[in-house]
Amino acid sequence: MLTMKLHLIRALQDMRGNRMLSLVTISTFALSILIVSAAMLFFVNMGDMMDGWRKGIRVMAYLQDGLNATDRSHLKVRMENLYGVQQAVFIPKDQALSRLRTQMGRQASILENLERNPLPDAFEIQMIATHQSWEKVEQLATAVENLEGVGEVEYGQRWIKRIINAFNLFQLTGTVMGVLFFMAAVFIVGNTVRLVLYSRRDEVEIMRLVGATERFILAPFYFQSLIQAALGGVLGLVTLYVMYILLQSRISADMNSSLFQLRFLSPATLLGIVGCGMLVGWLGCHLSVKQYVKV
Amino acid sequence: MTADEDKTALIRLFHVHRHFHAARALTDITLDFYRNEFLFVTGPSGAGKTTLLKLLYRGETASQGQILVDGMNLARIPTKQIHLLRRKFGIIFQDYKLIPNRTVYENVALVLEAAGRKPSYIRKKVNSVLRTVGMEGRHTALPPSLSGGEQQRVAVARAVVGDPTIILADEPTGSLDAESAALIINLLKTFHTRGATVIVATHDRELIRSIPGRIIYLQEGRLTSAPTV
Repeated sequence: MLTMKLHLIRALQDMRGNRMLSLVTISTFALSILIVSAAMLFFVNMGDMMDGWRKGIRVMAYLQDGLNATDRSHLKVRMENLYGVQQAVFIPKDQALSRLRTQMGRQASILENLERNPLPDAFEIQMIATHQSWEKVEQLATAVENLEGVGEVEYGQRWIKRIINAFNLFQLTGTVMGVLFFMAAVFIVGNTVRLVLYSRRDEVEIMRLVGATERFILAPFYFQSLIQAALGGVLGLVTLYVMYILLQSRISADMNSSLFQLRFLSPATLLGIVGCGMLVGWLGCHLSVKQYVKV
Repeated sequence: MTADEDKTALIRLFHVHRHFHAARALTDITLDFYRNEFLFVTGPSGAGKTTLLKLLYRGETASQGQILVDGMNLARIPTKQIHLLRRKFGIIFQDYKLIPNRTVYENVALVLEAAGRKPSYIRKKVNSVLRTVGMEGRHTALPPSLSGGEQQRVAVARAVVGDPTIILADEPTGSLDAESAALIINLLKTFHTRGATVIVATHDRELIRSIPGRIIYLQEGRLTSAPTV
């Protein structure tokens, strides 16, 4: 415990002694964390939006004409026996027309002149929450379409699928970028530690001569990297939060707030980001120190 | 040899060679250093004095031959345990080798911190040693602000603070004026009388004459004679 305290004090003294290098390292960490966490914030909120859309996906099965109540009853049972279906709600054609009238509002007058109701009877199929992936919706739609008595099946709009695909592509790009930033941060921290080690090689040599262990000599460098990473991480996240607050009101005004609520990263995620940053710091330091000790 | 000397060998060298590629720094050195003796290694520049001292604390490794220090075979010490060997030594260099951005106190305390001593012990011991070398009022001074003589006194304090078995001094008075050199000589005598084995590499005849001790002569890396004074 005493040794740890000593290493910590020496690490802080070293940081004070190498202010410029420390500032560069902390800024690099802050910038990397800011970029990665901003991407995470975007994905979290986009994910929420996608979830909202996914939950809105309904499979509508329009029935052929001429089915009687017994046929519809059998069809309902067969639909509800399909994998992933929570329930199938029958919507008679009159109810559908009435809904359409409501949705059309003032323009509903054009429906007045219809000789007969052109809408078919339908079933609205609701899916179990865990089965709301796009692939499963498509599979279910195909299965429903093959049922006897079903004329046509409709599920969501093509644009939702396109957005989900674009989002998935963004996610992939974001992951690749995250990995690249991780590697860049390790490289930069490693180089900073290497610079410090080389600038203080005489001091390190003196320590070795007076009987200091490698652990005693190098521990402050690890502490220094961990402290710098933690400070950089906190700085990056505080910057992100300030940016989030500034943008939140603007984004909320532009979007329908009942449809979508913007949210910041959870405390656990924030801690995880700082933790990952510290891991990067440790790793960068370790790689340089390992190389230095070999030399 | 003084009356206090113990005739058991503390350091033994058996047919030690040290060469750097084609250049031979030391050739076939067989030599014993005894407990509590005061010993000078002398000879002209480039004779191999510094190399001999470096071999003892494994600052360099022998190309051939065996070296035993207080029962430790230097060829067999794993790299991770070299610090245990180094803690047997207190080393004084001609260029002092103090850490410039650390205070006098911190430079001296470093030895005890590295050995894992308690802060209360470190405080007491460092203050005591700095008092002995006459640097008690300069705890917070940084080495670059000190004179050469003062820096060498701090270096002596650092060398002795861990109560080493052996004090190695490589040209300890080489960069000092006569007054400062006399002070360092007196300090070396003091710590010798307290029980340390002192090995000094020097070509300073004044220093050799000032302290009774054994003299080892090196010439072009060879031991030419080892008379008892």
